[in-house]
Amino acid sequence: MTEPASQPKIRIRDLHKSFGAKRVLAGVDLDINDAESVVVIGGSGTGKSVLLKCVLGILQPERGSIQIDGREVTNLSRGERQKVMQQFGMLFQGAALFDSLPVWENVAFGLLQVDRLGRDEAKQRAIETLARVGLGPEVAELSPAELSGGMQKRVGLARAIARRPEILCFDEPTTGLDPITADVINELIAHSVRELGASALSITHDMASVRKIADRVAMLYQGKIIWDGPVKEIDRSGNPYVDQFIHGRAEGPIQQTVKVA
Amino acid sequence: MNPLAALGRLFLDFLAAVGDLSLFAGQTIIQGLRGPYYPRAILRQMVDIGYYSLPVVGLTAIFTGMVLALQSHTGFARFEAQSAVATIVVLSMTRELGPVLAGLMVAGRVGASMAAEIGTMRVTEQIDALTTLSTDPYKYLVWPRVIAGLLMLPLLVLVADIIGVFGGYLVGIYKLGFSAPDYLRRTFEYLETEDVVSGLVKAAVFGFIVALMGCYQGYYSRGGAQGVGAATTKAVVSASIMILTANYIITELFFSQ
Ligand SMILES: Nc1ncnc2c1ncn2[C@@H]1O[C@H](COP(=O)(O)OP(=O)(O)OP(=O)(O)O)[C@@H](O)[C@H]1O
Ligand SMILES: [Mg+2]
Repeated sequence: MTEPASQPKIRIRDLHKSFGAKRVLAGVDLDINDAESVVVIGGSGTGKSVLLKCVLGILQPERGSIQIDGREVTNLSRGERQKVMQQFGMLFQGAALFDSLPVWENVAFGLLQVDRLGRDEAKQRAIETLARVGLGPEVAELSPAELSGGMQKRVGLARAIARRPEILCFDEPTTGLDPITADVINELIAHSVRELGASALSITHDMASVRKIADRVAMLYQGKIIWDGPVKEIDRSGNPYVDQFIHGRAEGPIQQTVKVA
Repeated sequence: MNPLAALGRLFLDFLAAVGDLSLFAGQTIIQGLRGPYYPRAILRQMVDIGYYSLPVVGLTAIFTGMVLALQSHTGFARFEAQSAVATIVVLSMTRELGPVLAGLMVAGRVGASMAAEIGTMRVTEQIDALTTLSTDPYKYLVWPRVIAGLLMLPLLVLVADIIGVFGGYLVGIYKLGFSAPDYLRRTFEYLETEDVVSGLVKAAVFGFIVALMGCYQGYYSRGGAQGVGAATTKAVVSASIMILTANYIITELFFSQ
């Protein structure tokens, strides 16, 4: 840990999280290096969202460590946590746009509330950011409820990148979208991450997404990372769990209990 | 099950709820006072609570004032005390009915919509999104509502007092045959500052309660649309009960020597 050059942007060690008797994360170890895009894959309900929420400080893990730039963040005060979050941008699964605000104020939210920019300047920046995700200025005044799912994802992405964060997080950015729109969103994400030189932590179960946005892939299964490697090697991982997942087979070591009445 | 155990569990649940709510209120006040402030959010809530509640509070007040005059007139005729109508109307309105009725109406209108809005924000992850944007939901969502409730309800109640007295005046003049100067003189004859002030203090407390319960129930709502619906109901019911309880306590503090 004395070599700052190789210090990962995010270092997760032995992370544990349970809900009541239900163990969701049981010792997750994962590093995300500077300017690296890591995608966590895994079946529904394996705890991918929980892992991301622990990193974002929305959930409190009961054991383990999360370091960002070498600094422990699992036990921060509210104020310190807010400072740390200033280097994050997050796109939620359902976009989570503020429906009481017009699109441009959503995009400019961080600029207005954190950087305390004037409204005119913030609006200008919002319109520029919207253009980067392929949306015209006419969208700026609409309310989020007037947008399609794909457009909401784009606005959510614009909100995540508006303050040019160092770390981007994506929770299933393509679920609920048609394959073409999904591909556009994947392109936009890959492009934004590269352009910002950001580190990215994404979770998905969409293999097309993985191949487009990942430098490295980690598979979460039964509360642990069971495989972790460059995206190029995912097809010859030699891991039966990964093979089953990427080919989407019902038969294999991953058993789902399906009850047919 | 053992009935004593059930009773005990109920009591423990109640204590837990009181604890949660106290923590929420404490956190709101600490975080809210510390700033940063969001003046646009506060202004928006003040307009929503103060201005848009005027019609419903005004209507409630005018009919209450009118019916008070009518009831006290017929009731007091039994022992020839009809002349007390104006005094009864103004004291009842300022001390009791203005704040309590306005509080209950605002609980139904504003408390419910706060719980629904914040509850929806919770289940659609908008509150999580706020924290990822380095914005504290206590400062951005809860504090503006609580402050707006605290400041606007006294204003609403002042308006309700005036409209209520005016309702009584209308009935007194046009139906019960009082002369206008006589009615007005009797209205102000026994009215003291304390009567109005106690009503406004009540109003501030009720405004705080309504906004706090709306935010609290919304903030902790779980489980999709059904959870938000349940939160809305709980916000109105719990705020109403707390208003009635607080009303007794404040009255006791002000008027029992
Ligand atoms: N706040 C919570 N309270 C209780 N249990 C929870 C909570 N959040 C998640 N869980 C449980 O944790 C487990 C993992 O949930 P999580 O949302 O992380 O799954 P996921 O891997 O993201 O699945 P999906 O791909 O379907 O989104 C689930 O079984 C869920 O029931
Ligand atoms: Mg998920």
